[in-house]
Amino acid sequence: MLDEILTATFITGLLAAAVRMATPILLTALGEIYTELSGILNIGIEGTMLAGCLAGFIGTYYTGSIFCGILWGIITGGLMGLIMGILSITLQANQVACGIILNLLSLGMTSFIFRVVFGVTILPPNIKTLTPLPLPIINKIPFVGQILFQQNLMVYITFLLVLLSSFLIFKTGWGLKIRAVGEYPLAADTMGINVYNIRYICVIAGGMLAGMGGTFLAMDLGMFVDNMIAGRGFIALASVIFGRWKPHGVMAGALIFGLADAFQLRLQALGYNFPHEVLLMLPYVLTIIILTGILGKSHAPAALTQPYIKEK
Amino acid sequence: MFKNLIKKLSTEFDKNKYFIFIKLCIVIMAFLIAFLLTSICITAAGANPFEVFISIIKGAFGSPERMTEILVKATPLIFAGLGIAIAFKGGFWNIGAEGQIYLGAIAATIVGVKINLSPFILIPAVIISGFLAGGLWALIPGLLKVRFGINEIILTMMMNYIAIHTASYISHGPFRDPDGSLPQTAELFKGACLPVIINKTRLHAGILLAIFLCLLCYLIFKKTLLGYKIKAVGANPRSAFYGGINVFNTMIITIFISGGLAGLAGMGEVCGIHYRLLDGISPGYGYTAIVVALLARLHALWILLAAVLFASLDIGAGFMQRTTGIPSSIVCIIEALIVICILGSEILERKLMRKKVEK
Repeated sequence: MLDEILTATFITGLLAAAVRMATPILLTALGEIYTELSGILNIGIEGTMLAGCLAGFIGTYYTGSIFCGILWGIITGGLMGLIMGILSITLQANQVACGIILNLLSLGMTSFIFRVVFGVTILPPNIKTLTPLPLPIINKIPFVGQILFQQNLMVYITFLLVLLSSFLIFKTGWGLKIRAVGEYPLAADTMGINVYNIRYICVIAGGMLAGMGGTFLAMDLGMFVDNMIAGRGFIALASVIFGRWKPHGVMAGALIFGLADAFQLRLQALGYNFPHEVLLMLPYVLTIIILTGILGKSHAPAALTQPYIKEK
Repeated sequence: MFKNLIKKLSTEFDKNKYFIFIKLCIVIMAFLIAFLLTSICITAAGANPFEVFISIIKGAFGSPERMTEILVKATPLIFAGLGIAIAFKGGFWNIGAEGQIYLGAIAATIVGVKINLSPFILIPAVIISGFLAGGLWALIPGLLKVRFGINEIILTMMMNYIAIHTASYISHGPFRDPDGSLPQTAELFKGACLPVIINKTRLHAGILLAIFLCLLCYLIFKKTLLGYKIKAVGANPRSAFYGGINVFNTMIITIFISGGLAGLAGMGEVCGIHYRLLDGISPGYGYTAIVVALLARLHALWILLAAVLFASLDIGAGFMQRTTGIPSSIVCIIEALIVICILGSEILERKLMRKKVEK
C-alpha cells in the first residue's frame, strides 16, 4: 500500500487536489475573518455557501457564462450576509441562534428553488466546469508548478485575496477600524467610527466571499445536490480559529483540511479494504485536535458575539 | 396611534399580564409574517398558497393514523429539544444533538442486539445506555469547553460528523445483519423493543417518557436548586461563581443531561420504530430540535407544543408534495422564517417591556 502512495505522481496529484479542495474553505474563511474581527460570529456561512452554490449553478446554467454564475453567487452571498447583519446588528438577536436558523433557511430554500426551477429530472442538470489555466513559464517548474500553477482562475484569485486581506487588515486604516470595532466598540464609537456601518460592511463582505466559496464548489463539480456543502462552512469556521484570525494562518488551516479531504478521497479510490468511514472522519477529527490548542492559545476578538447597543 | 394603544394597554394591565400579552402579540405577528413570506415563495413557484396550507393541514390531521404519526415524529424532537434547551439555558451552545442522537442509537442497538433478557430488565437497560452514551459523547466537547475554554459550537458540530460516520461503520461493519443484504444491524431482541401504545400504529412508549421528562424538566427549572444553578451559570458564570455556585460541576451536569436527553431520542428511534440501527436513522432531528428549542424559548412545556407543531408540518409536507407538487422543503422555509421572525422581534419585546418598567 505504501509504495503505491509514495510515488511522485500520487503525491503531486494529491497536493494539487488539496490546493483545489482548500479553495472554497479558504474563500469562506477569509470572509469570516472580516466578520469575526468586526465582532460578529456568523455561523450561517454554511448556509451562505449553499445559497451561493445554488445561485452560481443557476446563473451559469441560464446565462452560459461562468463569470455571470460567480457574480450571482457573490450577490446571493452578500444578501445572506445582509440578513445576518439585520438580525444581529440592528435587531441585536443572538448571533449563534441567527446563524443556525440561517443555515436551516438556506437548506430549505435551496432545495425548494432547485426543485421548482429544474423539476424532478432523471438526469441531473449539468453546467460546464472551470478549466485549469496553467500560468505561463512557472507552471513548468517541476513539482511546484504542477501543484500550484496548473489550477483554475478562481484558485489564483483566492490566494491573491489572502495577500490582499493581510495587507488590508494589518496595514491600512480600514483594517484598524475593523479590529477596533471588534475589540472595543465603545472606544471605537467615541473616536467617531460608525460601529454599525463597519459591522454591516464586514458581515456583507464575509457573505460575499462565502457565496463565492460556494460557487466554486458548483463550478468545480458542475452540478448541484441538496446540502452539498456538507459541513465545509463549519470547517471554514474552524480554520479561522486555527489561523487565529490572521489570513496566513487561516490559509494554512484550509490547506490542511483540503489535504485531509483529498487524501481520504484518493485512498478510497485506490480501493483498499479499509473502513472508509474512518477516512471520512479524518477532517473532522483533525479539526478537533487542532482546536484543542496543541498549537497554543489564541485570542479571539473581545467583542465577538456581543451586540453593540449605542447609548442615547 | 400604535403608541397610544400601547399606552392604553400598559395602563390597564398590571405588569405581568402586560408582559404575557406583549409576548403573545409578538409570537402571533411572527407567525403571520412567516406565513406571508412563505406564501410569496409558493406564489412564485406557481401555486395557490391557501391550497398548499390546507393540504398540509389535511395531510397532518386528515386521519387518526397520520395523527399518531405526528406523535411518532415529535418524540425525538421533544427529547433532543429538551436536551438542547437545557444546554442553551446553562450557557453551552450544544449544536451536537445530532451526534448525541446517533450515539444513543448505537448504544441502545449494541445492548439490544447482544443481550437477551426479559423486557423488565432490558428496557431500562437500553434507556440507560442510550442516555449514558449521549451524555458521555457530549462530555467530550463539554470538558474541552469547560476545562480549556475551546469554542463548543464548532467542537459539537465536528463531533456530529464523527458520530454519523461511526454509526455508518457499525451498521456496515461489525454489527451488520448476517442474514440481510441491506447495510443494517440485526434486529433487536424482543425484550429491548419499546411497547407500542396504540395497536396497528407505530406510536411507542417513547412518547410517554418524553412527556414525563418534559414535566420533570419543567419542575427542575421551576422548583429545584439545580435548575436555579443551571440558569445562574448560563446567565453569567462569573457572578454565579461569586455567588458561591460551583460553575465547573454545574456546567458538567448540564452538558451531561443535555447529551443524555438527545441520546434518548436515538434510543427511541432504534427501540421504538426501526428495531435496528441503519444509515441515516436521524434525518436531521438534532438540527430541527435546535429550532424547536429556540421557538419554545427554551421553555420545557412549550417544547412539547413546538415539537408537535414541527412534526405535523413535516407529516403534512409529504402529503402536500404528493397532491400539489410543491416541494416539501417549503416546510423547512416556514420553520426557519417563524424562528427568524421571533428572534428578530425580541428587541421589540425588550423595548416595550423596558418602557413599562420605567413607568
